[in-house]
Amino acid sequence: MAQIFHRSTNTVSRVSVFGAVFFLGLLLWLFDALNRSPYTTQQGVARVQPVQFSHQHHVGAMGIDCRYCHTTVERASFANIPPTKTCMNCHTQIWAQSPELEPVRESWRTDASIPWVKVYDLPDYVYFNHSIHVAKGVGCETCHGRVDRMPLVSQHPTLQMAWCLDCHREPEKNLRPRDAIFTMGYVPAGNPEEIGKKLAAEYKIRPPMELTDCTTCHR
Amino acid sequence: MSTAEPPHSEQKPATGAILAPGYTFTTLTDKLASIALSRRTPKSWFFGAAVGFVLTMVLLATITHLVFKGVGIFGVNVPVGWGFDILNFVWWIGIGHAGTLISAILLLLRQPWRNSINRFAEAMTIFAVSCAGLYPLLHTGRPWLDYWLVPYPNTMGMWPNFRSPLIWDVFAVTTYATVSLLFWYVGMIPDLATLRDRAKALWAKMLYGMLAMGWRGSARHWHRYETASLLLAGLATPLVISVHTVVSFDFAAGIVPGWHATIFPPYFVAGAIYAGFAMVLTLAIPLRKIYGLEDFITMKHLDNMAKILLATSLIVAYGYAVEAFMAFYSGNVYERYMMWNRATGPYKHMYWALIFCNVLAPQMMWFRKLRHSIPALFVMAMIVNVGMWLERYVIIVVSLSRDFLPSSWGLYKGTVFDWSMFLGSIGLFIALLFLFIRLLPMISIFEMRVILPEAKVEAKEEQA
Amino acid sequence: MKFTVDSRRSTGVDIGAARTKLGELHGREYWRSLEELLETDDFREHLHREFRVPIDSGVDRRELLTLMGASIALAGLTGCTRQPTERIYPYVKPPEEIVPGEPLFYATAHLHEGYARGVLAKSYEGRPIKVDGNDLHPASLGGSDVFAQASILNMYDPDRSQTLTERGQIRPWSALLAAVKLTLEQERPRRGSGLRFLTTTVTSPTLQAQIAAVLAELPDAKWIAWEPTGRENVFAGTKLAFGQELQPVYAFDKADVVLSLEADFLGSGPSMPRHVRDFVSRRRAETMNRLYVVESTPTLTGARADHRRPLTPAAIESFAASVAAGVGVGGISAGAPADAFADAVAADLKSHAGASLVVAGETQPPAVHALAHAMNAALGNVGKTVRYVGSAADTPAAQTAALAELVGEMADGRVSTLVILGGNPAFNTPADLDFGKAMQKVGLRIRLGLYNDETSRLCHWNVAEAHALESWSDARAEDGTVTILQPLIAPLFSGKTAHELLAAFSAEPEKSAHDIVRDQWRGKLPGDFEAAWQKSLHDGLVDGSAFPSRPVAVRSFPLDPRASTLDPSLTLLFRPDPTIWDGSYANNGWLQELAKPMTKLTWDNAALMAPATAEKLGVTTEDVVELSFAGRRVEAPVWVMPGQAEGCVTIHFGYGRTRGGRVADGTGFNAYALRESRTLWAAPGVEIRKTLRRYPLATTQHQHSMEGRAPVRAVTAAAYLENPGVVAHMGEPPPGPHDTMYPQLPRGSYAWGMAIDLSTCVGCNACVIACQSENNIPIVGKEQVQRGRAMQWIRIDRYYKGSLDAPETFHQPVTCMHCENAPCEVVCPVNATVHSAEGLNQMVYNRCVGTRYCSNNCPYKVRRFNFFLYSDFTTEIKKMVNNPEVTVRSRGVMEKCSYCVQRINRARYAAEKENRPIKDGEIVTACEQACPARAITFGNVDDPESRVSRAKAEKRGYGLLVELGTRPRTSYLASLSNPSPALAPAEEPEKHKA
Repeated sequence: MAQIFHRSTNTVSRVSVFGAVFFLGLLLWLFDALNRSPYTTQQGVARVQPVQFSHQHHVGAMGIDCRYCHTTVERASFANIPPTKTCMNCHTQIWAQSPELEPVRESWRTDASIPWVKVYDLPDYVYFNHSIHVAKGVGCETCHGRVDRMPLVSQHPTLQMAWCLDCHREPEKNLRPRDAIFTMGYVPAGNPEEIGKKLAAEYKIRPPMELTDCTTCHR
Repeated sequence: MSTAEPPHSEQKPATGAILAPGYTFTTLTDKLASIALSRRTPKSWFFGAAVGFVLTMVLLATITHLVFKGVGIFGVNVPVGWGFDILNFVWWIGIGHAGTLISAILLLLRQPWRNSINRFAEAMTIFAVSCAGLYPLLHTGRPWLDYWLVPYPNTMGMWPNFRSPLIWDVFAVTTYATVSLLFWYVGMIPDLATLRDRAKALWAKMLYGMLAMGWRGSARHWHRYETASLLLAGLATPLVISVHTVVSFDFAAGIVPGWHATIFPPYFVAGAIYAGFAMVLTLAIPLRKIYGLEDFITMKHLDNMAKILLATSLIVAYGYAVEAFMAFYSGNVYERYMMWNRATGPYKHMYWALIFCNVLAPQMMWFRKLRHSIPALFVMAMIVNVGMWLERYVIIVVSLSRDFLPSSWGLYKGTVFDWSMFLGSIGLFIALLFLFIRLLPMISIFEMRVILPEAKVEAKEEQA
Repeated sequence: MKFTVDSRRSTGVDIGAARTKLGELHGREYWRSLEELLETDDFREHLHREFRVPIDSGVDRRELLTLMGASIALAGLTGCTRQPTERIYPYVKPPEEIVPGEPLFYATAHLHEGYARGVLAKSYEGRPIKVDGNDLHPASLGGSDVFAQASILNMYDPDRSQTLTERGQIRPWSALLAAVKLTLEQERPRRGSGLRFLTTTVTSPTLQAQIAAVLAELPDAKWIAWEPTGRENVFAGTKLAFGQELQPVYAFDKADVVLSLEADFLGSGPSMPRHVRDFVSRRRAETMNRLYVVESTPTLTGARADHRRPLTPAAIESFAASVAAGVGVGGISAGAPADAFADAVAADLKSHAGASLVVAGETQPPAVHALAHAMNAALGNVGKTVRYVGSAADTPAAQTAALAELVGEMADGRVSTLVILGGNPAFNTPADLDFGKAMQKVGLRIRLGLYNDETSRLCHWNVAEAHALESWSDARAEDGTVTILQPLIAPLFSGKTAHELLAAFSAEPEKSAHDIVRDQWRGKLPGDFEAAWQKSLHDGLVDGSAFPSRPVAVRSFPLDPRASTLDPSLTLLFRPDPTIWDGSYANNGWLQELAKPMTKLTWDNAALMAPATAEKLGVTTEDVVELSFAGRRVEAPVWVMPGQAEGCVTIHFGYGRTRGGRVADGTGFNAYALRESRTLWAAPGVEIRKTLRRYPLATTQHQHSMEGRAPVRAVTAAAYLENPGVVAHMGEPPPGPHDTMYPQLPRGSYAWGMAIDLSTCVGCNACVIACQSENNIPIVGKEQVQRGRAMQWIRIDRYYKGSLDAPETFHQPVTCMHCENAPCEVVCPVNATVHSAEGLNQMVYNRCVGTRYCSNNCPYKVRRFNFFLYSDFTTEIKKMVNNPEVTVRSRGVMEKCSYCVQRINRARYAAEKENRPIKDGEIVTACEQACPARAITFGNVDDPESRVSRAKAEKRGYGLLVELGTRPRTSYLASLSNPSPALAPAEEPEKHKA
């Protein structure tokens, strides 16, 4: 009786049978990788803004305090984006004619907001409160990175839930003394672990058991 | 293609025989293989397949509508959060059981009479499980997130709740499906090889050839085959018990009066076997008629299955009795009301119908005469299929409709979509089944060979 | 209204059988709904029936878009899709005070029947989202009612009138001004004899002054006020008794014994929250008051009564007479039949002379009011539990007569210009006047209205009215206290206020409402005007604006002859609807879907009749009957109402709108069609004909007995004081703390818990709407309610006990119990509902996949599921009402009470920033805040000093279904009653059983 299959079919079949398992694994891995990649999370992707505002220049070079523009960061859940007026405080004098600043002047003239692109965009079912984090000794830099080195601001962390939980499970790792909260490139003076523990006690940081309650962020 | 009818023994099989006399290896193999290969397809097949496919389309339509509109298209509400969805899931899973039981447990128990029915019983298992699987996947509010029930490293830093019976279900059912599938396939390999060798058309040779995975029937192959099927049988056996035990936990682990009962695991397993065998009968009886398999699926088989039905019906009846007794004996106002409500409440008709179908009707199997009347058996099997469906309705819907606070009591009724989904799943089952009997050997050829007298002879010679 | 024709043989209810069955029930067993009791087919099919299913009927384009929109939203939840790029639009010039994301509160007023009730409105970035009571306001004391709570939804109603139109053409404001100018020129020569102003009851000093000014210039012009629920009987009553039109102001907190003559002071009215607070302050065992109620149709007040007797209107009158005679009111021929009950009441009142109170309802004829006043005078209650002040509404009190006169003039063509401010006269005026027909004879019809409704259709000029939250205005409470209404938002549809429209008739037509109101008060406020003005705005009331008490002396007055003649035939009673009032809230989805306190009906009104009456007519619930009175016919579904006076059929007006809006239209039947000016509240001699049709009603509760279980525990104050342990023994005891296999959960810094006092809860539903407003709870529509899918997080269970004709009624708010051993948490496969360290049973919407296992396993059935996409993700204006602090739930997720966790977190931020613990009372849940009775207390149960701990410490505290070992954090306080020893209730002996 004639052979239907060539000998090689044996190898092919073996390879395909066992290969299938690995192939499936590969697919899953790819999906997960994509899921964590900047493509999905937008991590580190610099956003083009209507005005090419440089934090590097304003924070790094000029050393303007975060709170000069983001005034409500210590009071409210939302660290506000400065109104056009804040820009005009200075730019009616300096760079008053600069073409880069035309959108700002236009906004000032027409009373229409500058449509900034949202960089840190949490899902609507997440309720983040800036004021409490600042009050509890979490520095801007911890989540926003070295904005003093960012010509265009990009998202520093992944902003995925696991990242939030990392800190809520071990808050002491990201605590700073009150005076260092708005400083960029903070280096703990001494053993970070001890300082963290000390600060956690000082700030009365709630135990992870409470910090990781769902309703801390989701309502 | 040869249209030569394979020889058909003139004498009917003697009652008690599990195979009609007068068969040789060749004739038997010819006859069985021909169903898949050469024999022209009977009209009834086309009819059945058509019905199956049409209903499958209904299923797809329903699912599309479901995904667009939401689970609200079903009759579920508060308090009755589960309706046809989980009901049919349990029903289908139950039906699946007989297959594994026959193929695995009876194999281990060395029951040769199983050889003729185990193949399509296993097939039935797999198709039933795939129908069952649809429901838990689609009954959720957001089916596209069902994968959250699977534990995997994720960006949320979250794990599923391993205390939830639904998670246990995920593991139980997937394992069950996998093992059953493997068992079924491995069991088929020798026959696939037979088909490959007898097939005329090249495509058939190729198809069966690939599926046969180069089976040559060498001693080495047979040795491995035996080991494999024994191992799988060993694996499958505990699953018969475990799967429906776990399914019963979905209810037993709840606090709803009518769910929260320790008897549920055994009572569910028995019920599953009960339902399973009923379905095997429902399928076997028409099949042996259409394909003239009276020689292979003999009265002996039907008789045995009828006896199993009888036995399990008694176990189930015991379950009902214990439920009622515990309700009374517990002295718990909610348990007592639950029982009273089943018997006299808005759904009392359901309850009494269930008692008739699952307890009273099967008692006619005590009579040999009825056990040997094919129509009676068929009707019987049908009654049990309905009865087991009603049982789940009573357990799930009726218990939920009236629990603790009278103010929150409500009623439930399946909507047109509940029914279309149910019919659709039946359609899917039928469609798969008809494809199977047309393309694959529905009766295990080589295992039938084993029961041939010749086989015995050889065995003797070997010993000599 | 549409009827679904139902060919099924309507079996009807055999009430006789019900009675015999009831006879079998005894002890604390509470009886159940008739149909259920008798297991009729109707009941079984009640929910089974398949209805027109709009939400199921295929996927049309709009829905498809909605669904796609939603699926994008949902996709976001999976976390594995990119977020679409969003933009931030900062202010150009930052407004002072506003901090993005932080709420601001403004004091203003909610108008009910024209009277003001102080409210505080919560606003985010200039977007008001919540209305609550104002602690400082005498009519509110911080409490509110369903109407105040739901008024916010009316403001964001997309069906509101949105433009200024003349005969359907959109016109500018200036065009209207020109038209008015022209009219004035025509009217001046004839001293305005053709000019008529029709308003609702007006208590606004500014508006009154404005109208007065116009009338001064045009002396022959007239101002008529019409309020369908008007109080003319009240004023006619005082006129009869004292010779002057006065407003009684009650002090229920000072009354030991209260007799209500069908006065629903706990259920409705402008001062309802005040009355409730005062009344329940005396429902504590030690200082328990006693309430007698006689009424024709069951009300919340009747439900709280220690002794309630259903009487026909005529019988109430003679009952009042008998009691009056009993307490020694002179000049009453005590011809009324001797009545043991009346004598007992009279005796009780007398023994508490000076500390008792007799209240007559608006629906009662003047004679009954006069009798009530006379009794109070005879009992020496005047000045103690009741005082009298002038009327805040200075329109003629006899509104009906004035309206009839106006209609007459219009019919004769003597009216050339009709200006309608608010209201909806074409819909809600008495049918016999046929206002709509008459007004079409008027040359120029100008209408200011919130909606483009039945009246607008008949008007030439339609001016979109500004909502109260968009307006500058002022108004008085019943006691005269003035509140200045300030806008929280610029009119969404550039609506105008009544002030601005009237200004058009004045010398300064362009004057803004703000200036008008401000100028009105300039010089009238004490001290420096600017400071006083600011203070008035801040406090929400004008200091010292309340009216002084007026001295009164009872004159002898004739009794209405009706008193003696009992009317044998059927009497038709007209009442405002408990949830949509006179129809002005008909387009408010929250109120339409709110279960009415006594019937638990939603989305419809019905003809309420006593079981005996239904038995006589051979009809049952959902049977359609034809009511005919004076040649007018209306078809209505029957609702068998236990506790209804036999021979009385109650229909609630406000339904049957034809141009009410998308929500209102097609709901219920129009009861106004039978309402005549002679018989505003009670029409004797109505004829009822049974039809063969049935009409499906949507109710949220089908079982009305407690099945021998004890969800509501009730005990008499006497029995409780005698043995405080009695409450604990009314139900199964809970398992011991160690009778559980689950480990004790670790305790967090706080342990949140709630106590609900069933003794003070009056079942007014305010908490339900407050919760709906606070937590963005969607409405689902009648068909979904019928399927048992209502979404409110709080439901008020209503149970009956005792006889079919005069049952005791109990209300019990039920919401998530936040069990310490929560059955729902164990079974959720994805950890979407888990316990917080502080004892919250957390529901995480974005994690929920929707298996509904938790709901099945919840013994309280307080979880709600989004079976469809109920929330509106597309209509911009509808989204504006949402609370930004709470996630808007999408399709396929479970939801439930969260103890207002957003409020807990906000308080926590404040406290932790100040490095201090959260103070008791710093967190107030929405339901607690709304409750006029302060029946709900929330707080930290680990702090023995907290209000909630003290409440739970009471001996009458008990948990719901504790025997299951769920350890609920929400617990109840048993309901106390104070029956008179003179009238020992039949079931008294069983009180100590159990």
